[in-house]
Amino acid sequence: MAELSVDLVSLDRKVWSGAATQVSAPSADGQIGILANHTPLLAVLRPGTIKVETASGPAVEAQVTGGFMSVDNNLVTLVVDEISLV
Amino acid sequence: MAGGSQRVFKARIKSTQSLKKMFRAQELIAASRIGKARARTAAAAPYAQAITRAVSAVATHTDIDHPLTREVPGAKRAAVLVVSSDRGMAGSYPASIVREAERLTQQLAAEGKEVLLYVTGRRAISYYTFRGRETVRTWTYGSERPTAEVAEEIGQALLEKFLAPEDEGGVSELHVVSTQFVNMVTQRPHVVRMLPLEVVEGVVEADENEVLPLYDFEPSPEAVLDALLPRYVDQRIYAALLDAAASELAARQRAMHTATDNAEDLIRTYTRLANQARQADITQEISEIVSGADALAS
Repeated sequence: MAELSVDLVSLDRKVWSGAATQVSAPSADGQIGILANHTPLLAVLRPGTIKVETASGPAVEAQVTGGFMSVDNNLVTLVVDEISLV
Repeated sequence: MAGGSQRVFKARIKSTQSLKKMFRAQELIAASRIGKARARTAAAAPYAQAITRAVSAVATHTDIDHPLTREVPGAKRAAVLVVSSDRGMAGSYPASIVREAERLTQQLAAEGKEVLLYVTGRRAISYYTFRGRETVRTWTYGSERPTAEVAEEIGQALLEKFLAPEDEGGVSELHVVSTQFVNMVTQRPHVVRMLPLEVVEGVVEADENEVLPLYDFEPSPEAVLDALLPRYVDQRIYAALLDAAASELAARQRAMHTATDNAEDLIRTYTRLANQARQADITQEISEIVSGADALAS
């Protein structure tokens, strides 16, 4: 199965990056789930929780205060304002 | 009389030596901080890349018309953000930034625009306060180590001003004067017009054979742009601050290196003069003794 390549970045550093099977993020209309081969998407994020189901190992969870997400060709980029890993 | 000039030279050598130590310490401090500044620039790169890609994606897929990209014909007022340093001891670095800012201010004034100054760094602030020039807002944040929070604060203040209508004191243009870090020996003061935004870099041209992916926008293209562009501006300001910090440190290292060399030269000169004075004193003493003895003998 195809995998997602996820980059989680904030203004001053790269927070997390790696392969994942599923990403869940708080978009403007509600929690949105991204699986592999998702259609290209640009979404605004509300304050909430980002959850990344990694391909191997435990899931990564983080609280964010806002940001945006872009999905293109299985490349997921989450750009966040303030972030604290749970 | 004897030893008078010797003492003066000795004192000068001593004080120059302690100055040299300080210059040397500053040089080493600057050198060690450049590495960190460069690392911070590198750490900010992924964000810059992500946001630029996203902005250009929106630009390619929609006809953008956003307040931040809209040109205002016949702009009457422009804001200038001057990024300078908090401390001197960096050779011509603070001076060249101020000179570039002055040049831009004059150019904008010649175009009939009122210039509002936003200044960061104590050096430029004192330049303007000394001359009684009005600044709208100033920031001192430790110019060697800018944080993302400061960049956001500056970005917010400037965006607010930009989005306000002109007759309510808003501005129609934003220029940023900062220093570009080219390499360790070259740092160039440069001016960019940041607002209205020109999203040109990295706009993907539609290839004939390739079908561009159709983007979904959540909740709408306008809302996405609304969220993206202010962050884009913040990021550009943050990048400018980081670049300026690296440039400042490189300039300081170079200036302090030169100062150390000059101090060494001075010490050498003074040592020679002190030796000369000592020799002159000895010669004089001998001739005094000899002539005294001669006077007694005759």
